[in-house]
Amino acid sequence: MTAFLEFAASFASLCFALAMGFAAVRMFIGPAAQDRVLALDVLYYNGMLLLLVFGIRSVSTAYFDMALLIALFGFVSSIALAKFLLRGEVIEP
Amino acid sequence: MSAVPAWAALPAAILLILAGLLAVLGALGLLRLPHFFERMHPPTMGTTLGTGCVLIASMLVSSGAGSRLAVHELLITALVVMTAPVTAMLLARAALYRSGRRNGERSRE
Repeated sequence: MTAFLEFAASFASLCFALAMGFAAVRMFIGPAAQDRVLALDVLYYNGMLLLLVFGIRSVSTAYFDMALLIALFGFVSSIALAKFLLRGEVIEP
Repeated sequence: MSAVPAWAALPAAILLILAGLLAVLGALGLLRLPHFFERMHPPTMGTTLGTGCVLIASMLVSSGAGSRLAVHELLITALVVMTAPVTAMLLARAALYRSGRRNGERSRE
């Protein structure tokens, strides 16, 4: 059963890496700026999931902290970029 | 990965495979669909349901390996549930504003 879990973790890592590749391609060819921001959103999200799968494979809690930090800073960066696209500046006086 | 019991390993493996398929389908939709507002839909499937599956699998594995209940992944779940709609709404508003300005209309505040 542990071998099946190992196979599933490898398959999920491969899928998340493939999703990160697709998001990177969309970030390069995206016609408008909001496409690139959306692709960056998907990219950091899949990176967070990849770190969680690494944490499942090697049973440790260090990957959990990294995933939490990626989720937090990714949210902040996406909000800042969307606010910049919407208003032209991030922090308004 | 050594001492995970079978009652935790089997659902965790199934949830991991499901999450991987959802994530790759969402990213493929992000890559293939023609317009921005269509491209906003598919990754949300991977990010919400896929994240839920991975976090439940992580909870199962860490609970089974440590022989005690480990629910600290609920912190990421709460963060994701609170922040994903905010990001999507702000991006949609920014895209609406930018497309309206490009067509020469007056932007609505």
